[in-house]
Amino acid sequence: MPASSSRTDRSARLTRWLVTLPPALFLVVFFLIPALIMAAASFREPGEFGGLAPLAERGFSLDAYRFVLDDVIYAWILAKSFAVAGLTTLLCLVLAYPLAVLIVRSPKRRRDLLVLLVILPFASNFLIRIYAWMIILGPLDLLYSPVAVIVGMVYVHLPFMILPLYTNLEKHDPALLEAAQDLGAGGWARFWCVTWPLSLPGVLSGSALVFIPVLGMFAVPELLGGTGDLLIGNLIKEQFLDNRDWPLGAALSLLLTLAVLAVAGLSSALTRNRGQM
Amino acid sequence: MALLEIRNITRRFGSLEAVKDVTLDIEAGEFFTLLGPSGCGKTTILRMIAGFDAPDAGELYLDGRPLAGMPPEKRPVHTVFQSYALFPHLTVAGNIAFPLEMAGRSRDEIRRRTTETLALVHLEDKGDAFPHELSGGQKQRVALARGLVNKPRLLLLDEPLGALDAKLRERMQGELIALQREVGVTFVFVTHAQQEALALSHRIAVMNEGRIEQLDVPEALYSTPKNRFVADFIGTINLIAAAVVEASRHGLRLAAPGLGEIAAPVHGAVAVGSNGALAIRPEHLRISGHADRAGLKNHFAGAVVEYLFLGDVTVYKVRLDNGLLLEALATNAGPGRARFHEIGDRVSVEWRHDAGVFLPD
Repeated sequence: MPASSSRTDRSARLTRWLVTLPPALFLVVFFLIPALIMAAASFREPGEFGGLAPLAERGFSLDAYRFVLDDVIYAWILAKSFAVAGLTTLLCLVLAYPLAVLIVRSPKRRRDLLVLLVILPFASNFLIRIYAWMIILGPLDLLYSPVAVIVGMVYVHLPFMILPLYTNLEKHDPALLEAAQDLGAGGWARFWCVTWPLSLPGVLSGSALVFIPVLGMFAVPELLGGTGDLLIGNLIKEQFLDNRDWPLGAALSLLLTLAVLAVAGLSSALTRNRGQM
Repeated sequence: MALLEIRNITRRFGSLEAVKDVTLDIEAGEFFTLLGPSGCGKTTILRMIAGFDAPDAGELYLDGRPLAGMPPEKRPVHTVFQSYALFPHLTVAGNIAFPLEMAGRSRDEIRRRTTETLALVHLEDKGDAFPHELSGGQKQRVALARGLVNKPRLLLLDEPLGALDAKLRERMQGELIALQREVGVTFVFVTHAQQEALALSHRIAVMNEGRIEQLDVPEALYSTPKNRFVADFIGTINLIAAAVVEASRHGLRLAAPGLGEIAAPVHGAVAVGSNGALAIRPEHLRISGHADRAGLKNHFAGAVVEYLFLGDVTVYKVRLDNGLLLEALATNAGPGRARFHEIGDRVSVEWRHDAGVFLPD
């Protein structure tokens, strides 16, 4: 290989490194190391007054995991959290899809306004918006019920479904729908045979953006859900703040992280299979 | 009865009349072309045939049945789009099978017809490829195959060769003619490229500003254009301003200012005294070195001002002594030398008395 081309190779490599290094560093310091600390904590014993028991006295233990596996309630709560996350994702998708289509089909100037409206709720505080829902749901006799939790979850996460869908749908070539119609496809066939398959990458990334945060969310079930509506997020929060059992909280967090990774892996495998878009 | 009858259709967009009272018939098995500059209304007519647009006035009939109110998906008419509009998430075979699936054909039939059609466009080995893996010419063939597979009554082609480079376009023209002959489907082709239209079509409607200027076979359009627009739009043509001095069955005598008398053939009725122009193709003009022959019938003296050597032919531009600039084409078939005249040479430009066509203003 000529010298000049290997030199450009080297400088391209250097540029790549310079660009990727800061975010990589950030992730190592603020995600990977804390995650490892947390993983280590899950194999320790709880301290008498919270925190962790001194390593020299009590050493490592599998107590936290034994505790989780012994009681079926933890598996049940994890399963319930997955169900809530799944249902929230599905409802977000059903609500967001027509909205995204509507936005894409509006004239250009109105489109920007509608996108602004979608992200406008972020301008006010998250807790205030949840308290607002308490005021709305209270008189309807729905407060502190599973319905209230789902409503809150869907409300909070809807923009995260709309935006990826909008970004995806906006890129579709309108000529494809015209071609489909020309070749004999009616309205539903055009949607299911053209729009829907082409939007799958948007559906998957929107779903991941909703599903994963909902799994870990504790504020919404805490404020809108009843006492019986404990989700995995609340459970973890309780271990750290109320029960002062850090190892148990860490173990539950780790299990949740693994579950989320499994979901993310599955979704990216699905996207890869449909890579030709 | 014609396959497609277009009766007095008009289409307005705001104050613009894109199509003005157009009437034409397209016969079964024909390769019919709508030719014209951009904005002449040809694409609007195509969209009305496909059903994506509807006329404000007038009717379209397919096989004698009115098309009004029938949505595009119900019309036995398919389109090959300029951008091809292939479905990116489907393979080549999936794209071709699409219209068959929409028509609810059986799985066996879909497989058989898809395979047949792939062979028809010479893409037997590309069935499993995705559109983004194909070259421009291959995409073009998939678009054609997809349009033909369900045997439409009409195949509409909207400038389908526009995106291809010159060499490939020439090859696709040949393939298109062969394909149309083989499948026997009626083609309605839209283009602004007059050479393409001449090469491909059985009949051509030349359009301008929403109207049909002339509808004829390519040879007739080329040799006897009806008006200046058609004469000018198709090929290259010299226009020599002249007035009719005498008209008889045998021909016209024209008077051209600064040139004198010209003998011309007669096509249709022309009134004595009317003004117009003699339109004559460059290949009808002959150039000779004998400038002194000027004065004979249809011989005029001038000087070479420019030439374009194109290999097989050379195009000379000659300025006549009255200031008129004419273009003459000489084939380079002589032995050895390919050019005979240099810039500045005094020459005589001459043509037969039955060449050209007089176009009244």
